[in-house]
Amino acid sequence: MKVILDTELKFEEHQKLKGKDSSKFAITTTDLSVHFGLKAAIKKINLKIRRNTVTSIIGPSGCGKSTLLRSLNLMHELTPRTKVTGTIKILDKDITEYDVINLRNKVGMVFQKPNPFPKMSIYENVISGYKLSGKNPSESFDDIVERCLIHSALWDEVKDRLNKPAISLSGGQQQRLCIARTIAINPEIILMDEPTSALDPLSTMKIEKLIHDFKNDYTIIIVTHNMQQAARVSDFTAFMFIGDLVEFDKTKKLFTVPTVKLTEEYITGKFG
Amino acid sequence: MNKSIPPHGTEKVIISRKKFSDLIFENLTFVFALMILGIVLWIIYEMYFYSGESRSAFGWEFIWSNEWEPVRKEFGALAFVYGTAVSSILALIIALPLSLGVAIFLSELAPKIIKSTLSFVIEILAAIPSIIFGFWGIFVLAPFMRSDLQPFLQKYFGYLPFFQGTPLGTGLLTAGIILAIMIIPIITAISRDVLKAIPQSQREAAYALGATKWEAIKMALLNAKSGILGATVLGFGRAVGETMAVTMVIGNRADINISFFEPAYTMASVIANEFAEASEILHLSSLIEVGLLLFGVTFLINSFARLLIFSVTRNAEGR
Ligand SMILES: Nc1ncnc2c1ncn2[C@@H]1O[C@H](COP(=O)(O)OP(=O)(O)OP(=O)(O)O)[C@@H](O)[C@H]1O
Ligand SMILES: [Mg+2]
Repeated sequence: MKVILDTELKFEEHQKLKGKDSSKFAITTTDLSVHFGLKAAIKKINLKIRRNTVTSIIGPSGCGKSTLLRSLNLMHELTPRTKVTGTIKILDKDITEYDVINLRNKVGMVFQKPNPFPKMSIYENVISGYKLSGKNPSESFDDIVERCLIHSALWDEVKDRLNKPAISLSGGQQQRLCIARTIAINPEIILMDEPTSALDPLSTMKIEKLIHDFKNDYTIIIVTHNMQQAARVSDFTAFMFIGDLVEFDKTKKLFTVPTVKLTEEYITGKFG
Repeated sequence: MNKSIPPHGTEKVIISRKKFSDLIFENLTFVFALMILGIVLWIIYEMYFYSGESRSAFGWEFIWSNEWEPVRKEFGALAFVYGTAVSSILALIIALPLSLGVAIFLSELAPKIIKSTLSFVIEILAAIPSIIFGFWGIFVLAPFMRSDLQPFLQKYFGYLPFFQGTPLGTGLLTAGIILAIMIIPIITAISRDVLKAIPQSQREAAYALGATKWEAIKMALLNAKSGILGATVLGFGRAVGETMAVTMVIGNRADINISFFEPAYTMASVIANEFAEASEILHLSSLIEVGLLLFGVTFLINSFARLLIFSVTRNAEGR
């Protein structure tokens, strides 16, 4: 059932033209399994994700998409009785060699429901990664706030009220604020778990555009239930089913000529 | 609501009968609610009425004078206000860090077994009658204060006016400590609930940004700020109104002293001690005015606390 992506020459050349070191994968998982208690949520996932690409993970509810995503920034450490086995390589280093804090600075995460810090202003939310840890960035806070809000396409809407509480924003704006907060700590990888599922179409469009623009700077993995969205934003798509990685391929290929029957049935809406 | 009433006669009856019983029930509960409000207003009225003598004799001077001489018919409540305020503030200073620590431990850190055991112990602590605390205060705490804690404080912090004078065992500080023990359960339990009401997504957001456990807890505390303040004020209100235990250890002397070792008196204690023996109308009336004062203060404190807690829990539900 498992298909590990065969690197395609064309893609590699394309990356080389862009001057990137394409020999490197941002994330490599080998036989990655996660158990909650005795129950396996994902089983022996083998995945190689290239740098500076967008990968979407699709699949029916409960198939382990979030579980896979959350193992990549060690979020499972927070849930007791969770067992993660196999190996994960992040930026060519085994995940166990990282200090958790450093890892999460490299691998940012955007959640399904916008979750800005309600007691902090818009400004403070953007720099909340620094505020929480007391670390000092090389840039000034003002520069970070402006840069990240511009990057997350929120600057024009909030530049006159940076000191207002973050919860005064609309849901879509809050989600972009969460994206700004995530890129403020300069991650290399951004994990997004259904980032637009709580948002209206217009806000969704804005965030999809962001994802597209982010490709030069970040490696992005996005979980989505919306197959059009997967097709629109991602270079690669992984299809999961009851804990298994069924198919992983270039998005175009997976959506037009899937090799596995199950994938075809899912993307044509026969189930799920 | 009415649009769904079907045309059939029988069904109509069922519906209206149900409605009738609902109506009775609703009105009955409403009457009970009114009764409680009525009792509160009644108490206020009675206290206001029976403190008339004292109010007309002393006016506002009653609050600013610390002469309490039943024999000379001089009545001023300042010493009691002072005793109540200082013992309660001391209690808060001692109880707050402890309670917060325990609340954080309970909501964020403790494994399940310890969590339930500790919660149980705290509830037990809250259920101990205050007279028992009073006994404990007299027989255990006061001797310990006299022989150990007060000499210790005097030795190392004796340069502060608060820790000068004779270590008697009883006094403001002892009362403060007893009160602290009594309000720890309230502050702990409410702070824990407020912290628990912070959605998990907030903690995850902090961790995902690379926060350590302590940093994530700081964020939760920031979110819970006003609720914890509410818990604190509620605990303070309890300390202000506490009578028995304090009466037994505070020393019961209507004096204002800067030293925490000195005996003092609280509003609640003076009422408890003197009410039965007060034969003079003016004396009685003055005691009732002290009661009115105490009622007013605790009422304000409690309303303020409830408002704060309400604002937090309501926000938490919205998310
Ligand atoms: N903390 C947990 N404890 C126990 N079981 C869990 C936990 N989290 C997830 N699971 C189980 O693991 C499986 C995969 O869950 P996961 O959240 O990864 O699914 P998903 O693909 O993200 O679903 P959805 O599309 O609904 O978000 C599910 O069967 C779920 O019940
Ligand atoms: Mg999910």
